[in-house]
Amino acid sequence: MQEILQVTISGLATGAIYAMVAMGFTLLWQTTSTINFAQGEFVMLPAFLMLGGIVVLDLPLAVAFVGALLISAALLGAAFKRAIIDPMIRHGVLPLAIATIGLTLALKNGVKAIYGAEAHPFPHPFPVEIWRVLGVAFSSYDIAVIASVAAVVFALNRFLNGTMTGRSMQAVAQNPEAAVVLGIDVKRLILYTFVVNAALAAAAALLVTPVYLFKFDLGESLGLKAFYAAIIGGFNQMRGALVGGLIVGVLENLSAVYFAPAYKDAVALGLFVLVILFRPEGLLGREEARRV
Amino acid sequence: MRKTATACVALAAVLTAAPAVAQDVKFVGIFEMSGPGTTAGTNFKNGADLAIKEINAMGGILGRKIAITSSDTASNPTTAKALAQKAVDEQPYILLGPVFSGSVLSSMIVAQEAGLPQWIGGEAANITQQGNPFVFRTSFSQAQSMPKIANYIAGDLKAKSIAVAWVNNDFGKGGRDQIAKEMGSRNVKVVADLSTEPGQVDFSAVVTRAKQSNPDVLFVYLNEEESARLLRELKKQGWDMKKNPVVGETTLIGQKVIELAGDAANGAQAHVGLTIDAPNPLLTAFAAKYEAAYKAKSDHNGIKGYTGVYVIKAVTEKLGKFDRKAFAEAMKTAQVSAKDNPGVLMSVCFNKDGDLDRDSYLAVVKDGKQVIEKTLPPVGICKVP
Repeated sequence: MQEILQVTISGLATGAIYAMVAMGFTLLWQTTSTINFAQGEFVMLPAFLMLGGIVVLDLPLAVAFVGALLISAALLGAAFKRAIIDPMIRHGVLPLAIATIGLTLALKNGVKAIYGAEAHPFPHPFPVEIWRVLGVAFSSYDIAVIASVAAVVFALNRFLNGTMTGRSMQAVAQNPEAAVVLGIDVKRLILYTFVVNAALAAAAALLVTPVYLFKFDLGESLGLKAFYAAIIGGFNQMRGALVGGLIVGVLENLSAVYFAPAYKDAVALGLFVLVILFRPEGLLGREEARRV
Repeated sequence: MRKTATACVALAAVLTAAPAVAQDVKFVGIFEMSGPGTTAGTNFKNGADLAIKEINAMGGILGRKIAITSSDTASNPTTAKALAQKAVDEQPYILLGPVFSGSVLSSMIVAQEAGLPQWIGGEAANITQQGNPFVFRTSFSQAQSMPKIANYIAGDLKAKSIAVAWVNNDFGKGGRDQIAKEMGSRNVKVVADLSTEPGQVDFSAVVTRAKQSNPDVLFVYLNEEESARLLRELKKQGWDMKKNPVVGETTLIGQKVIELAGDAANGAQAHVGLTIDAPNPLLTAFAAKYEAAYKAKSDHNGIKGYTGVYVIKAVTEKLGKFDRKAFAEAMKTAQVSAKDNPGVLMSVCFNKDGDLDRDSYLAVVKDGKQVIEKTLPPVGICKVP
């Protein structure tokens, strides 16, 4: 029983990071019907910026994180929307998805050209210790990751439901035409969504890079798992992405420990296929009808 | 007048072009410069480049300078094979690399068919068990290194059980099979067989499984980056290396691994064939030169690339000519002493299969540095000078 608890906590920590990246997928989908296949690289780039701040400018991690957060918001939020989304969106979902795949390659190879293809160490933002509670050993880092993601989700929820801007963003997500009629500045609020997505990615980078180590392809598997998680939970529901991420993280860990580590990566894919076959809207998603 | 001018131009062209063509001896390098093998391939290439630069500055081999062209296999066996074919078409004297065993196995057939001597960094035992007379190692085969580790685990550590974490590629599978065999013959039980994927980033489940099996020793046989991630995860999950030692091969405690894992590497132990921390002034001098050239510390792959080129130089100069077939024949009984050829750093000998033998070390990481605990004698597959 103690062991299952340990494995579940560890899986929740991994899943929480998937969830944070997956929530970005759903945010962009809800407001602009964008599937951002560069989502994994949106995590890699802030990690690269943080590492640059630490190694080149000798900044403390906290300061490097704030700097990376601001630059990410500008580059991966505002500039991404203006340079890629705005000109491509009128051509439909597919060209836009292909454009984001192109962006993936550009970001990966750009960072590789600047910083090389080797892995680099990244400092832990929290102490790495073992905490024993009622005879069960927990990693302090796992607990800190879960608490951090919970705090981010709580803050985001408060922002979306407790502020006028947040409620306006939800209105834009639910019905952009009606939002315009109500006098909401839709373009500005869509921009905010992209900025929030970039901030989520930067926060995920801070938590995941110490475990994965920094490398130009850091975002590859993370982006893919987050995409699976968003589909599993429901691509049009943020809470769906959250639940999807946690489910994938926990099931991956349980299957690796009690079945075989070699099949760990197949868990998310297997769940993804099952959901697509039997509940295409996702576990918590709602059915969508589209005009053709 | 016109004829004279033409003749002068032709003569000038011959005089400027001829020395470069006549004097250079061509090497081709195929290395892992991207993908999961980046650390290994880049170090190997850097070591080889450093040796070539030094040799050229001393006048080259038999008076001819080495000209090398290098390509990136992207750590992909198919690409490695294609690049080996391209290398064959360029008709070099030597093919250097690759380092990953899977890429070696795919490319060595091409080099063998062309009679092209290939200097590799791979350690999988089956590379030199296929009767290829043109493939030569720069490091121990698993068949030589695993018995040394097994003796240490069963003898010095008195372990009765081990968990084996290995990477699911040719290198890892070979190592896992060899260590399981050696442990079995010493009555040490393998209580967990933990397969991982190349490039794996999350090792939480592997460590949990290892903890679950409660082995006396955790044996780790992964590539460098994955070793570092595993060590970080072991620390995260509170693994006690004093109670349950973590033991591996060179890839567990290489310089890059220590840099990546930070203090999580402290306490890890390994059999290392080549290390800049060995009590050997030639290796110490090499380490300083490498760090000055590349602003980074060399791991064992850097030493492999460097010594490999110097062994080629020594054997070719003894042969007195550039003849690929004669070179391959001479390698079967080659003995190169570090006293006469300081560039090889450690005296070494080769057998008819292309395997090598020399001293090696048992090392432990203390305060972020490899500390040599013991020097192990050669296995005895050939006579080290």
